[in-house]
Amino acid sequence: MLNDALLTMRGICKQFPGTRALNNVDFTLRRGEIHALMGENGAGKSTLIKVLTGVYEKDGGHIRVEGQEAHIHSPQDAQKAGISTVYQEITLCPNLTVAENIFIGRTGGALVRWKDYEKRTDEILKSLGIPARAKQELSRCSLAVQQMVAIARAVDMQCKVLILDEPTSSLDEKEVEMLFGLMRDLKSRGVGIIFVTHFLEQVYEVSDRITVLRNGELVGEYETRDLPQVELVARMMGKDLKELSGLEAKTENRAAVHDEMVYEASGLSSSEARPFDFSIARGEVNGFTGLLGSGRSESVRAIFGADRVTGGKVTVKGKPVRINRPHHAMKNGIGYLPEDRKRDGIIADLSVRENIILALQVMKGFFHPMSKAQMEQFADEYIQALNIKTASQDTPIRALSGGNQQKVILARWLLTHPDYLILDEPTRGIDVGTKLEIQRLVLKLAAENMSVTFISSEIEEMLRVCSRLIVMRDRKIVGELSGDGLSQAQVMKTIAGGGQ
Amino acid sequence: MKKLVALLLMLTMVLSCTALVHADDPIKVGIINLDPSESGYRQANVKNLQETFTAENGYDATFITAPTADKQLEAFRTFVNNEVDYILVSAAETTGWDEVLQEAKDAGIKVFLFDRMIECDPSLYTAAVVSDMRKEGETAVAWLESLGLDEYKILHIQGQLGSAAQIGRSDPLTEKCAADEKWTMVREGTGGDNWDANEARKIAEAAINAKEDFNIVYAENDGMADGVVAALDAAGITHGVNGDVIVMGFDCNKWALEKLLAGEWNYDGQCSPFQAVKIDELIKILEAGGEIEGLNELNQIISEEKGFDARTITQEDIDAYGL
Amino acid sequence: MSQRKKRSRGLGQLLIPLVAMGLLLIFNLFRDPGFFSIGIATNNSGNAVLTGNLISIIDSASELAVISMGMTLVTAACGGQDISVGAVGAISGAVFAKVLLGFGSITGATVVLGFILSVLATILFKLFNGTLVAVFRIQPMIATLILYSCGRSIAYWINGDATPQLNSPILSAMGMTIPGIPIPTPIFAVIIVGALMALIFRLTTTRLYIQSVGINQGAARLNGINPVAMKLLSFALLGVCVAVAAVIGVSRLGQLNHKTLLVDIEMDAILAVAIGGNNLGGGRFRLSGSILGAYIIQMLTTTLYAMSVAPVNVKTYKAIVIIIIVVAGSPVVKAKLTALLNRLCYAGLPSSAHKGVN
Repeated sequence: MLNDALLTMRGICKQFPGTRALNNVDFTLRRGEIHALMGENGAGKSTLIKVLTGVYEKDGGHIRVEGQEAHIHSPQDAQKAGISTVYQEITLCPNLTVAENIFIGRTGGALVRWKDYEKRTDEILKSLGIPARAKQELSRCSLAVQQMVAIARAVDMQCKVLILDEPTSSLDEKEVEMLFGLMRDLKSRGVGIIFVTHFLEQVYEVSDRITVLRNGELVGEYETRDLPQVELVARMMGKDLKELSGLEAKTENRAAVHDEMVYEASGLSSSEARPFDFSIARGEVNGFTGLLGSGRSESVRAIFGADRVTGGKVTVKGKPVRINRPHHAMKNGIGYLPEDRKRDGIIADLSVRENIILALQVMKGFFHPMSKAQMEQFADEYIQALNIKTASQDTPIRALSGGNQQKVILARWLLTHPDYLILDEPTRGIDVGTKLEIQRLVLKLAAENMSVTFISSEIEEMLRVCSRLIVMRDRKIVGELSGDGLSQAQVMKTIAGGGQ
Repeated sequence: MKKLVALLLMLTMVLSCTALVHADDPIKVGIINLDPSESGYRQANVKNLQETFTAENGYDATFITAPTADKQLEAFRTFVNNEVDYILVSAAETTGWDEVLQEAKDAGIKVFLFDRMIECDPSLYTAAVVSDMRKEGETAVAWLESLGLDEYKILHIQGQLGSAAQIGRSDPLTEKCAADEKWTMVREGTGGDNWDANEARKIAEAAINAKEDFNIVYAENDGMADGVVAALDAAGITHGVNGDVIVMGFDCNKWALEKLLAGEWNYDGQCSPFQAVKIDELIKILEAGGEIEGLNELNQIISEEKGFDARTITQEDIDAYGL
Repeated sequence: MSQRKKRSRGLGQLLIPLVAMGLLLIFNLFRDPGFFSIGIATNNSGNAVLTGNLISIIDSASELAVISMGMTLVTAACGGQDISVGAVGAISGAVFAKVLLGFGSITGATVVLGFILSVLATILFKLFNGTLVAVFRIQPMIATLILYSCGRSIAYWINGDATPQLNSPILSAMGMTIPGIPIPTPIFAVIIVGALMALIFRLTTTRLYIQSVGINQGAARLNGINPVAMKLLSFALLGVCVAVAAVIGVSRLGQLNHKTLLVDIEMDAILAVAIGGNNLGGGRFRLSGSILGAYIIQMLTTTLYAMSVAPVNVKTYKAIVIIIIVVAGSPVVKAKLTALLNRLCYAGLPSSAHKGVN
């Protein structure tokens, strides 16, 4: 049994100024297993991985690969030791071909015979069952295939330990299945895979064992089959099981009780979205659902005026208005939390405080800057209200974990007291605890008469929060579900084309 | 009908006659100069040429201003091909002209050099109307010596290094400093290719910052002298007739002479840009079948130039000589 | 502890420039204490003027300090630099001179009019640059390359005169000292422009908006900020700075030289922004850093002058020192330094922590 240990990390410590990121953490990866590394954001998962891959220098502890002490001081050292990583954001070159991406940087000698490399690439792709061709430009492949190419590159570099950091967060279900197939295949070849993800279902689908971290410390190592899903969540959160189940009860009874339409659009279209009709009542929570790329994000962007609006009639609280730019939407009481937090949400180098007050400041106007005291007061209020974990208001938002960044963006919009709030993927890439907090918050806001449009890739989450679901397929609305029709099966059916 | 034909014939004859007379009349001149944006001196020079070689004065003149030698050579060839009567040149570079000058000579075109000399056989041009820069320098140094100071501690601001004006104005001063131990060169610097006032100001500022002691500013043009004065004013150092530092400039810009009259500066050396009148005079002599007299061995005619002293300058001088 | 943290954060960006300036001062103190002497003297116009190297530094850096403020804003908003400030400055000076020469007399009224027209013209030229950058999304350096190469010709064309002279007591009061006030006037210009900037930051949201646009234009837009307007605003403010610097430059010499007015100042201004710890890729900025950077550059020049280095050779020595400062402020070196400091701090920490426990 012990001989099976491919990688052992013992007593790993890592300190950052002011925080202890890892405290005496043990981790064991066996040959030919998929091992899920779980924990809330800030639990130490990324730090552990960065120590393992030589991005960070550890302060204490040992790393052994196949029983040999490994001295890892740089990513190159890690690679030599057979440890490869595929990150959430693809780090390949999109404008090169698949073959070039697989072999770039390791073509020995001055004479490069791409013909041979292309042949070899096709062999690798075939053996791993990756649907791509060597000469194809990488950017023309789907995101999932790009990820698989990254994995293929790692595999071909004789990696023994493969780290997959949130590989599925931007893949749709079919693609996830494809990826899992590849993971199982690698596992059967004796590769040890460390799988970092937020999707609990996926953990149970592929992983053999689970290691849970919390606050930089090891909680425990479990066989997946011995640890029920709720238990896992509880371990990660350090919370009581009952608290979690409370949510189910709350979400049971909710319905749009108001008739007043806060927002109505007919034939609304933008440079990215085809004409559609849409409305939302006061206090209603509805949602757009559909596969990735079905046009749900594009629709809400059209509502907010984020893309160039090309047509349609819009009324806000019964009054006809024109919303061509985000500023118009804001003036009409609409807030929008964008899908891509890093690209469209946070202003990375600005402080938490500035990020919180930004939208409100814009609404107050160019010639009415808020006083520092006012800003501080608002920031304090929302840091407390949303339980944002930050060293101070002055901390740049980029220093916060993903979940806390998302809360800051939420705070930004809540501070403007919108009548209608659009949340596009507010829980993506966020730890379970924060996820639940955000869900609860949405329901609370709705109870306070705010209208919310909620978009999420997790259908369960949508079902929990929304009272009405608008189902999209191929950039068109193909159905609307409410009341008894709200079930996972019905959503699947509608998406698949067999709706009501 | 016959009458009409006769009338037409007469008319054509008369017309062609007048045409013949006219074609014979204006003297075709091609003038190649440097760019007027170079300096106040050049501007006055270009203006003077344009005012002299006019149609009323009997000329058909074509003006080309070009800052580089290759453009000037190109213009020169064009003039030769167009068979002008005279070509006037102020050359950007002193060498490389032999070939084109020979072509002009072969075509019977007479060439005048003005303001700047060319290194070639003097027989290739008719005459050169130029300033003697060395004489300008000698005049200035002689004036300085006439002051009879105990000590000459000089801040020397040079013009574009290697230019005829710089060499001519610098050499007499450097030689004097080497020969006479009462004369010391405290600091020497150049205003660069633009004879730049601001560069001069920096040199003076540097000297002041380094606490160097000087009582004479010898700047090789007016603009640079003005730049040094700006630095002196900023540092609270007095200058001019009753001041601690003697200020000398060259070119005789009107504004500079006014400073002399106000006693802010002490000396300004003339450098005449008015060669046009002299050349006009010479061409008229040649056209009348005369010979040019008074040329030296380099076929030169030297412009008359003087130096002005702040103590003796008058408003009339400014009106007469100011650029 | 938290207070200490706050203070170090506040200084963070200014640390390197302050240290650089401190080192220069110490160097001069050892080299020649007389470097610091300040005196008072009477110049030709009968005005009392403060003299001494320090005064000379603060005075001579004025144009650079003013322009580097504007350059900081453009850098922050657009993530790139304007390399045409010198050439456009020549145009500003030409417009100023044109008005004065056009009226034929230099009076308070014509000077004010000339200054206003010069500012307006400069803003127009800068808005041209700004439009290329903000609307057509051209790299700032490329967008400003056009005026960099033709600005001085335009300046010549405006006046059609190589070096028009503008002699007047009013101009010498603007470029040197006002009778009765021994402090060089350009220093006041820096203070006024600085105060103007502070006022703009206080009365409007310019600072927050420009930083947001510089850091993440897309996100800024989704929060209702108009990135195009902010970039144009940064260029317009730079225009004001350039015009002020040009008028100072013209007044100093009482002369307009379109070839040499503010020549090479773009490089120094960009350096001042960098030395001030501002990210040349845009985003967060501190004007105080850039102003400090401008004075460091001038102090370096004056120090070299005082060491009898000829102005022609100063550029080389300056380049060496500036490279050292910029490298010291680079993210790589900064990270290494911080790590070193932390190690030193933590090395000292455990023992004291133990003491606390015991």
